[in-house]
Amino acid sequence: MFDNLVRKVSGVVVYVLRELGGMGLMFFSGVYWAFRRPFKFNYIFKQMEFIGVKSAGVVIITGTFTGMVLALQSYYGFRKFGAEGLVGTTVALSMTRELGPVLTSLMVTGRAGSAMAAELGTMRVTEQIDALIVMALNPIKYLVTPRVVASFFMLPVLTVVADFVGIVGGWLVGVKLLGINEGAFINKMTKYLELDDIYNGLVKAACFGIILSVVACYKGFYTKGGAEGVGRSTTESVVISSVSILIADYVLTSLMF
Amino acid sequence: MADNGIVIKIKDLYKTFDSQRVLDGVNLEVKRGEITVIIGKSGGGKSVLMKHLIGLLKPDSGEIWIDGSDITKLKERDLNEVRKKFGMLFQEAALFDSMNVIDNVAFPVREHTKLPEEEILRMAQERLRNVGLAGFDNKMPSELSGGMRKRVGLARALILDPDIILFDEPTSALDPITSLTILDLIKETQERLKKTYVVISHDILGMFRIAHKVAMLYNGRIIEFGTPKEIRQSKKEEIKEFLKATGIPGFSGGDR
Repeated sequence: MFDNLVRKVSGVVVYVLRELGGMGLMFFSGVYWAFRRPFKFNYIFKQMEFIGVKSAGVVIITGTFTGMVLALQSYYGFRKFGAEGLVGTTVALSMTRELGPVLTSLMVTGRAGSAMAAELGTMRVTEQIDALIVMALNPIKYLVTPRVVASFFMLPVLTVVADFVGIVGGWLVGVKLLGINEGAFINKMTKYLELDDIYNGLVKAACFGIILSVVACYKGFYTKGGAEGVGRSTTESVVISSVSILIADYVLTSLMF
Repeated sequence: MADNGIVIKIKDLYKTFDSQRVLDGVNLEVKRGEITVIIGKSGGGKSVLMKHLIGLLKPDSGEIWIDGSDITKLKERDLNEVRKKFGMLFQEAALFDSMNVIDNVAFPVREHTKLPEEEILRMAQERLRNVGLAGFDNKMPSELSGGMRKRVGLARALILDPDIILFDEPTSALDPITSLTILDLIKETQERLKKTYVVISHDILGMFRIAHKVAMLYNGRIIEFGTPKEIRQSKKEEIKEFLKATGIPGFSGGDR
């Protein structure tokens, strides 16, 4: 009984360590190949379009409604002690410091991270990755580096978009719908929101970009077992990325606090 | 080691996966400019053997000499130099499904040479014409049949004029007519280019049409090696049994 428990726990520990090690290695080799000639800018731009431009729609919708609901909820609270004017500040701080980067990353994980894992997984099981190796080309450089680099740059860009539309959404609900004084809304917001709040959020977003792309690439790259394996890799990559982003969010926030 | 026209020499190759021994001391010599076919049962280690030839897998022990260097001892960078001598047609062709046909064929040239774009396209179109797929340039791999995909794969494998071309089950999952087309294409290109072809397959009849030499892989070892005729006349029980599976009376032991 006790033996069994020890065996199970140690099995899980070994598994987690192996996965973490594999992802770490993938991150470092992805970065290493980013600085080795010849640079594959066209591959990077293609991924930037896929991860950035094509995720913009879903990020805009998520950001807008998050800002709107934040305004609604905080208005409900602040009204109780007559501080409705702080709704703008609350929306802006929550969006830039926390919800902008986190929600953007979670949405990109669902949309682009899952696609990365599925695409690389399919390439693995249909021997396309082997085909690259046989052609004497490094698959990390062609497949992983562009995705990691593109995510690193595009997540902060998307976060800026989410921050902006979130604040606009908050303004719409707060000022136009609930009738908060516009001067107070804008004034308090600009007074209490500092550039550092925005920067902190963008740094987080860049880190989340690395996390979600490395996890997706790792899971996809080492897929085993045909179509079922691709499905499993995709699911695992989304779950692991999302959980890691939330954990990393706490760690990064406490470091930057 | 590359003497007597031997271009690939495999020596005492062992490989075990999770306590299952897949290669159990393989020895084989492949002659330059010949089609050497490795036949054996499905799941008998043929693909594993082929993956060792190109450094996709590392053996537990043993040596693989290609053109005078033991590739099992090479670092990735040197291994890539050896890989440039190879072309490979994968079982499902392994075309990049994000690219159209012409980009797939042109891909190795674009990545490995600095030729002008017109020259690259001209080369790719010529290779496509050679495999009977002129005018298919802009099709995506998903729009092609299995046989067409393999032909595109062959065009891609041949485009950099490699010395050695590997074929992983070239006729599997194809109808008999398409199989014949692929086999004829393999034979025709080999006779024209005089390159070394190594083919793995369980399609005995098809392989006997094209092979100069046949190696029989059984239980992780090469148990017989020779011309198709020598194989058919082999007295070994395992080989007789394998040849009988063709269903043709007198195939085992015959010479026609």
